Amino acid sequence: MRQIIPIKKGIKRLCLFLAASLLFSSPALSKDTFKIGGVFSVTGRASFLGDPEKKSMEMLVNQINAKGGIDGRLLEAVIYDTEGDPQKTVNAVSKLINKDQVIAIIGPSLTPTTLAVVPFAERSKTLLISCAAGILITEPVKPWVFKTAQSDALAVASIYQHMKAQGIKKAAILSVSDAFGESGKQQLEKQADAYGITVIRSETFGAGDTDMTPQLTKIRKENPEAIICWGTNPGPAVVAKNVKQLGLQIPLYQSHGVASPKFIELASDAAEGIYLPTGKILVADLLPDNDPQKPVLQNYIKEFESRYNMPVSGFGGYAYDAVRMLAEALKGSNGDKEKVRAALEEMKGFVGVSGVFSFSKTEHNGLSPDAFVMVQIRNNTWELIR
Amino acid sequence: MQEILQYLFSGITNGAIYAVIAVGFSMLYNSTELINFAHGEFVMLGGLGIVTLWGGSLLPLPAAFVLTVIGVAFVGFLLERVALRKVSRSQPIVLVIITIGASIFLRGIGMLIWGKDAHAIPSFTKLSPMDVFGAKLMPQSILILAIVLLVVVGLHLFYRKTLTGKAMQACAINEKAAWLSGIPSDQMVLLAFFLSAGIGAIAGIIIAPITMCGYDMGILLGLKGFCAAMLGGLGSLWGSLVGGLLLGISESLGVGYVSSSLKDAIAFLVLLLILYIRPTGILGIKEAKRF
Repeated sequence: MRQIIPIKKGIKRLCLFLAASLLFSSPALSKDTFKIGGVFSVTGRASFLGDPEKKSMEMLVNQINAKGGIDGRLLEAVIYDTEGDPQKTVNAVSKLINKDQVIAIIGPSLTPTTLAVVPFAERSKTLLISCAAGILITEPVKPWVFKTAQSDALAVASIYQHMKAQGIKKAAILSVSDAFGESGKQQLEKQADAYGITVIRSETFGAGDTDMTPQLTKIRKENPEAIICWGTNPGPAVVAKNVKQLGLQIPLYQSHGVASPKFIELASDAAEGIYLPTGKILVADLLPDNDPQKPVLQNYIKEFESRYNMPVSGFGGYAYDAVRMLAEALKGSNGDKEKVRAALEEMKGFVGVSGVFSFSKTEHNGLSPDAFVMVQIRNNTWELIR
Repeated sequence: MQEILQYLFSGITNGAIYAVIAVGFSMLYNSTELINFAHGEFVMLGGLGIVTLWGGSLLPLPAAFVLTVIGVAFVGFLLERVALRKVSRSQPIVLVIITIGASIFLRGIGMLIWGKDAHAIPSFTKLSPMDVFGAKLMPQSILILAIVLLVVVGLHLFYRKTLTGKAMQACAINEKAAWLSGIPSDQMVLLAFFLSAGIGAIAGIIIAPITMCGYDMGILLGLKGFCAAMLGGLGSLWGSLVGGLLLGISESLGVGYVSSSLKDAIAFLVLLLILYIRPTGILGIKEAKRF
């Protein structure tokens, strides 16, 4: 093929074309969008968190844009994968702040990765709305850091409220020896006094242990009125089995770490009668109609499941809430970072998937214990306790 | 009384499982002087195999049991034939590293087939726990103990009474001499891998109902089984049994009377102490490689 257009003419045409494209450039580009960032552990060990979070964020950004965006400006999401690695998260967040120059960042998915990037968000005065649960993220409060996931402390409070109502005064703790179990144990021991409960024995088990009978035998000797087990699958299912085998006739409480159908499948018959706190998404259909979260939850479940054709989890809800609140805070801000931050901090009574958020200068998680509901496992399914 | 019995029941059940795993290590070491770090993965394959075949109600229990054991034994067979045979004249350290590689490979395969989640199956018997002086004894525990004894006695008879068993032992004592007297030593090594993997699968099957099976269960169980084998004396069948039970009981008593967070530390302390006093293990003979 031969070049037909002479080079000089070609350059002239190119210049014309460029000038035209500058004149008629689409509004979806450059300054006319709100650029927001996302950092989630989309792959790797914690992909069960990051994957639904990324999907929820994309879904919501599409929906907002389909309705014409915010104040006539479209949202533009830049999402990076952290693989659950703090170093990669730091790189991704630096890129979002310096190269992409986003207004706010949603994520990361994990407590360690969030803590690694908190200083960067603070220094660059970029809003960070984390999807991780660790209480250290928002305690002490950092001006630019918020989070949407419920803290362990709230789950502990729900359990203790239920125990108090049952008149239980002596409890024993059996927790897994990893970061999740350790954090749960600390909260359980810290809050016990406030509910008039004494922790009479605290035992641990390894994440891969096959038999917890010795720990339970030791606990039984102290005659507790209830046992609280704090861990993630499969350990707590073994504990449930062992409790049943030993014939212990006292209530067993589990943490929200096992609030999934998988736990019932693993523990099968032994799951019967167990109490646990869970985010409302697991029991959305069972909630009373006057629960303010019910329509939000049902809406989210319907949208997510029809779009991605996979079962919804509470984790995606963390990102869903974060984007919705950010969109609310962006209204009328004209993209001014400080205005967005202030609007978020003043937000009260925002009904989300994970709970009702009310932020203030001293509270950047914004949830209360009623973000959790207590459920009991009966006939292989969840039953709401009122 | 009630407590100590309960600790003992729990310790003996776990110990019996460690013992089966230890027997697998020991018999392979006997025939090949090789420590197979992929042995824990045979346990995993056994556990997950029974989860699929019986838990998925594809087959009745006895058929699922036999099929799982033979299937996993065949994996052991392949490991020797495909990965180890090619370098069998190589240094032991190379072979050991190959087995470590094989364990990572098998774990990856397990994760692909069965996913990252754990799986559970019901107990083999429908009987409820028995009450012995206030302590609960699971029917599954008795079953486990019976199977362990059956495996150890069976192997003992195999080595003492059958020609193949004797030939295997001859290979272990002196491979070259055995070869000169007409024993096909290559086949004996192959058989040893086959049997050892099958025994690993048995351990996985009997542990499946009392705990949860996941693709990564082999790491810890393999380590515990290896400890039990060292404790009893590597290469000794009865030593593996004693070592396994001792490890299981010291773990459970450690939880009961010291601290649950020190559970593994206590077990390994016992191992260190015994190896310090008796480097060949409790029942190990001087060179720690003969019956």
